[in-house]
Amino acid sequence: MGFEKVLFYVFAGIAVIAAAMVITRRNPVHAVLYLVLTFVTSAMLWMLLEAEFLAIVLVLVYVGAVMVLFLFVVMMLDIDVAAMRAQFVRYLPLGLLIAVIMLVEIFLVLGPDTFGLEQFAKPEAQPVDYSNTSELGMVLYTVYMYPFEIAAVILLVAIVAAIRLTLRRRPDTKYQDPSQQVRVRKGPDRVRVVKVAAEPRVVPAKAQATPAPSEAEVP
Amino acid sequence: MIALWDSLPVVIQILLKIVVLLGPLMGLVAYYTLAERKVIGYMQIRIGPNRVGPRGLLQPIADAVKLMFKEIVLPTEANKILFLIAPMLTLGPALAAWAVFPFDEGLVLADINAGLLYIIALTSLSVYGVIISGWASNSKYGFLGAMRSAAQMVAYEIAMGFALVGVLVAAGSLNLGDIVRAQEGSLLTWFWLPLLPLFGIYFISGVAETNRAPFDVAEGESEIVAGFHVEYSGMAFAVFFLGEYANMILISALSALMFLGGWLSPLPAAWVDGIFLLDDGFHWLVLKTFFFMFLFLWFRATFPRYRYDQIMRLGWKVFIPITIVWILVIGLAVIYELPPWWAV
Repeated sequence: MGFEKVLFYVFAGIAVIAAAMVITRRNPVHAVLYLVLTFVTSAMLWMLLEAEFLAIVLVLVYVGAVMVLFLFVVMMLDIDVAAMRAQFVRYLPLGLLIAVIMLVEIFLVLGPDTFGLEQFAKPEAQPVDYSNTSELGMVLYTVYMYPFEIAAVILLVAIVAAIRLTLRRRPDTKYQDPSQQVRVRKGPDRVRVVKVAAEPRVVPAKAQATPAPSEAEVP
Repeated sequence: MIALWDSLPVVIQILLKIVVLLGPLMGLVAYYTLAERKVIGYMQIRIGPNRVGPRGLLQPIADAVKLMFKEIVLPTEANKILFLIAPMLTLGPALAAWAVFPFDEGLVLADINAGLLYIIALTSLSVYGVIISGWASNSKYGFLGAMRSAAQMVAYEIAMGFALVGVLVAAGSLNLGDIVRAQEGSLLTWFWLPLLPLFGIYFISGVAETNRAPFDVAEGESEIVAGFHVEYSGMAFAVFFLGEYANMILISALSALMFLGGWLSPLPAAWVDGIFLLDDGFHWLVLKTFFFMFLFLWFRATFPRYRYDQIMRLGWKVFIPITIVWILVIGLAVIYELPPWWAV
């Protein structure tokens, strides 16, 4: 067994265990952290497939951005785990049914007929100067130009929709508008220089050279 | 000597290289803390630490020894495992990112062709340490610090990523060595000039990303005590500290590499070819990195802390639009081969 194979089994094992932990942990924050671990080990598996661009982007996008926001939200929620598990048995048959249907669907799509070993020749190892990134860019911006652009537009629609859903005008909330604040000019808006005539100088009498403490506090 | 080196197994060779890289880095981190206290001291017309050793030079060692012998207090109700993993999650990526960093022509631990992506991916991971520490210590202040930090890091990471996209378009490569080689020429052909807005945004975002003043709301002493590391003591606290300073050095070194020509000499190669210390070399990279490291300290001594909503405004409404516009400008400049940077 080569070193790569050992690595594969190590990463694949961790990925499977972590994925199981995601759905069995009671604490949602732990579940999210195990999901992060699953993503990282999957990235390592892709790295073993010499798909270094996809592997790094998986870490960058999912681990570095998406899961951070996930964690952010999950930490703020006060999830009552007991209430969630209360009707576990009642929903078990339905859950199992859905799981079986999904498993069959995945098998139909990704089964040996379409993605089996005999359908694909073993990919050749690429030379050292082969750049995964530029090859992917070439294909994305030539062959798959339209699907790529359409996917981008769909994402944009999702962003607009999400913003529209959360954008509520609440007239009673008090807030500061930083862009107005930074536009403040020193002269007319904020500071007014007032010339005050100087008071005549008061010469202290000799008797007051050592004032009583109560007097010293008066400015 | 070389025969002995070649006879070692590859794993041992790589481990030795890592030690050679990280040993000086850790020393630099230790003395960076001293430099910070000294520089800020002088800026505030004080002397700074001067008791331990000649001119206070042994202060970092005294600090390290003190922190090592202090107890690590585990708060009750804290999530023990996550509480202890969190500092390592801050330090780990900050050290691992150095693997692809080229120090001189050919002097790099792993010369991979997606180096820039690797660096972005790893620096985006450092936020986990902050979030997890805030959550695991089961403290209101810690949690507030973690939340602030998460929102801030996500906001500035986008600006930072876009700034790096500009560098990548300008250099036409993701390999850090190739990015430096694309800037070859003199002071004027380095990327700081054509990418000036991105340069500024990258460094300012870097300051925000490392949670340093004036963007240090995650710590915010006057509001939330010490933010995410309020419950940490002893070595666990020290590891956070090491991570923060290692990240600052990394951001400084990356700015020097991508915008100030890395190890390249500021004078044209024809003038200085072969002249000792004026020719390209590691010392130029060190000088440039030290310049940025000094800026970090200078910022801290100069600027008051940003208000939180203004941080968000600066990140989302100022930096991101500027970077997008400038990527377009750079794209056009590359297509039309604007001299002197992209002339064929």
